[in-house]
Amino acid sequence: MEKAVNQRPLTELQEALSEQLPPLSAHEAVVEANRCLYCYDAPCTQACPTHIDIPRFIKKIATGNVLGSAKTILEANFLGATCARVCPVQELCEGACVLGSDHKPIQIGRLQRYATDYVYQQKTEVFKAGAPTGRKVAVVGSGPAGISCAAELAKLGHSVTLFEKRELAGGLSTYGIIVLREPVEVALSEVEALKRLGVEVRTKMELGKNLSFDELRTKFDAVFLGLGLGAVPAMGIPGEEHIQDGLEWIEASKMKPLDTIKAGDNVVVVGAGNTAIDAATIAKRLGAERVTMVYRRTEAEMTAYPHEYQFARLEGIDYRFLTQPVRVVTDRGKVVGLECIRMKLGAPDASGRPAPEPVPGSEFVLPADQIIKAIGQEKPALVKELGLEAEKGYIRVNHDFATSIPGVYAGGDCVRAKGTASTVMAVQDGKLAAKSIHSALVAKGAAND
Amino acid sequence: MADLSINFAGIKSPNPFWLASAPPTNSGAQIHKAFEAGWGGAVWKTIGAPVLNVSNRYGALHYGGQKMLAINNVELISDRPLEVNLREIREIKKLWPERAVIVSAMVESTAEAWRDIVLRIEDTGADGIELNYGCPHGMSERGMGAAVGQVPQYCEQITHWVTSVAKIPVIVKLTPNVTNISYPAKAAVAGGADAISLINTINSIIGVNLDTLELNPNIGGKGGHGGYAGPAVKPIALHLLSQVATTPEVAKSGLPISGMGGISTWKDAAEFLLLGATSLQVCTAVMHYGYRLVEDLIDGLSNWMDQKGFKTIGDVVGKSVHRISDFNDFDLSFRAVARIDTDKCIKCDLCYIACNDTAHQCIDLYADGQKVEPGFDIRVNGRQVADTRPQPVVREDDCVGCALCYNVCPVDNCISMVEVPSGRKSITWNQLTKQRPEIADWDGMEKYREEVGIEIH
Repeated sequence: MEKAVNQRPLTELQEALSEQLPPLSAHEAVVEANRCLYCYDAPCTQACPTHIDIPRFIKKIATGNVLGSAKTILEANFLGATCARVCPVQELCEGACVLGSDHKPIQIGRLQRYATDYVYQQKTEVFKAGAPTGRKVAVVGSGPAGISCAAELAKLGHSVTLFEKRELAGGLSTYGIIVLREPVEVALSEVEALKRLGVEVRTKMELGKNLSFDELRTKFDAVFLGLGLGAVPAMGIPGEEHIQDGLEWIEASKMKPLDTIKAGDNVVVVGAGNTAIDAATIAKRLGAERVTMVYRRTEAEMTAYPHEYQFARLEGIDYRFLTQPVRVVTDRGKVVGLECIRMKLGAPDASGRPAPEPVPGSEFVLPADQIIKAIGQEKPALVKELGLEAEKGYIRVNHDFATSIPGVYAGGDCVRAKGTASTVMAVQDGKLAAKSIHSALVAKGAAND
Repeated sequence: MADLSINFAGIKSPNPFWLASAPPTNSGAQIHKAFEAGWGGAVWKTIGAPVLNVSNRYGALHYGGQKMLAINNVELISDRPLEVNLREIREIKKLWPERAVIVSAMVESTAEAWRDIVLRIEDTGADGIELNYGCPHGMSERGMGAAVGQVPQYCEQITHWVTSVAKIPVIVKLTPNVTNISYPAKAAVAGGADAISLINTINSIIGVNLDTLELNPNIGGKGGHGGYAGPAVKPIALHLLSQVATTPEVAKSGLPISGMGGISTWKDAAEFLLLGATSLQVCTAVMHYGYRLVEDLIDGLSNWMDQKGFKTIGDVVGKSVHRISDFNDFDLSFRAVARIDTDKCIKCDLCYIACNDTAHQCIDLYADGQKVEPGFDIRVNGRQVADTRPQPVVREDDCVGCALCYNVCPVDNCISMVEVPSGRKSITWNQLTKQRPEIADWDGMEKYREEVGIEIH
């Protein structure tokens, strides 16, 4: 047992980090569902990367067919319960809602959560495994892409083994999304649903360590890689060893008893993306007096979604734009500050955004007793090691999600050379890759007959 | 400000809004409260033969999250002792001399029984009597209510018994549960009625409980038809009102009509007035929201009348009746087409699917000036898909002007039905079949269509 370091009662801390939006009551859900116009060829459906037939699932809530509603969602997106919570709906379905122009868009995310929670709470089986095809597929990585791919393949009757290096399956949903947005149980219930489809989930199996790529390729008819991304990169500044990894900080808030975690009084978060906001939110809610985000560019170049930025502002999180850390300041081994330098915007860089340049002599020290970095993740480390062709450091895949190695497919963040990395995009990759794998296996089967 | 007072067959009322004979007018205490709220009159819940009631008297139709679009009931006439009702009627009339107090009555079908009840009602000082020929359940099985209203001869006979005794105005309340309401309406006129009121409730079964397979409402495992009322019945009531108002015998008699059936707002009220009602009765809306509703009924109607320049209720009554027509007298050359305001259109495409699946396939989708089919690229996503959504456009040459899209469109004033010249001379079916009897055959019809340029797609 780790020692409690936070003086506040555990229940209070849990409450502070618990899922932010309450579930819709049955009545609220029906009222909201009835507001939906039931558009034809609906923009929300087009805007959803997994193209859930949204008006259909909403109409089913309105008619009281909640099981049918959940099935509509989960057929298009096996991780419907996760996506209902983590999707940037403002940028996707709800952002495309025709009611958005002069009304409030339909709360699609919350309705989706209502329907999918219903089947998990009722423990209703929505899908059955398909009739066995005799084909075996290995899926490596149990994040959204891997789970999605494994589920679709199992529904088609393939025998699927899912390998995960961590102790728990679920990837980012389990370890990397703050509880405010998605409780761990939701992610794990999707893993359980996958197991009930007959998928064998083998955890603590790491590719290149205790799991041989060559062996996978010989033992299985196809392999899908949903490897995700690498670690948070080093900042390369003195005192780096005192800086906490944002993803690890978030993981601790999900996995450890909350009274064993303590936020500093003065927390500085380096970065201004969505993960940085999550890390800052945790710090604030665990009791930090002041949380400051440090970003070397300006508001305009932030990768965080506008609604996330607004959320952070409402949480009372401060921003220091055009600020670049240069050194961690310590006193007798303890962090006391982060020395930064002011930046100004220069000519556009490779990303097309104006490149920030240091202003000479503008160094200053931000007081801090805890520093967290959330400055993106490194590209998937294994690309070269596995002998895969790369594209900008990501695994190169074709239109069918096939890699340069025959029989090996990939999807999710590890192939995201273009576009935004997100859970729902990973789900769609997994789904489309499963279709390609299925077609290839069926064709192969036909050729062998 | 418009004068809302009415004189209905001699019954005076400060405004046309009366509570219909129903649970809201069950007792003196209730009606006292209603009059305090501003109701111009009340038709006392039917008194007469002794009855016993059951539980679960009401079922309701809820739709799309909206409660009580209609209510159905199996409550009978007043189950309070006759003497109590008569005493309270007298008290109320004394307390509220300027409000209309009408007593609904229903007794067994003998001249003596009717004579007795008429005299007792008159003795209270009530302003009028309404003969309940409409109650569709319970009483009809005992030969009263709708059992009378559905047989014009009975209707006339009983009306005659009553009118030959009564000194106060007699209103005959008609049942809608007939195939042609003009017959009982004519019978009322023939029986000497002073006024007509309609509609009573419509036979209905609300539904079946999908858990227990019992009927809704469930009365100890059984259920049966009850009386249907409320907003959902308004169009039926408006039709029957207009049918009675245009029945020549009724029109000639000049009998005023008290209209009811789903009146919930001042707009409903104005429509009933325009189609020939002089007084208006309300029940379901009050059962949903209470007596306080009358404030906006009066206020809204008064404001509308001021805007329209109507000084009195009499100015409004029947103003639209002359527009009631048979299909055969409609102008076959009248043409309207749907037009979509692209600035207002939110591209929900409900008009597109309604027209293409179920109407005349004359709405197309256009993107960048090109006609496109619905559907999307599964590799494209994000909210910006909404920015490039195709625009539904009406192919006016092929539009028959059915107005389905206009009714389906969720945006106010986005689709309008625009009158366009058809290029044909005005003609009705009655005129045409007289002039060109050969169109009764398809050959003749085809020839006629070709001649005048009617193309069916």
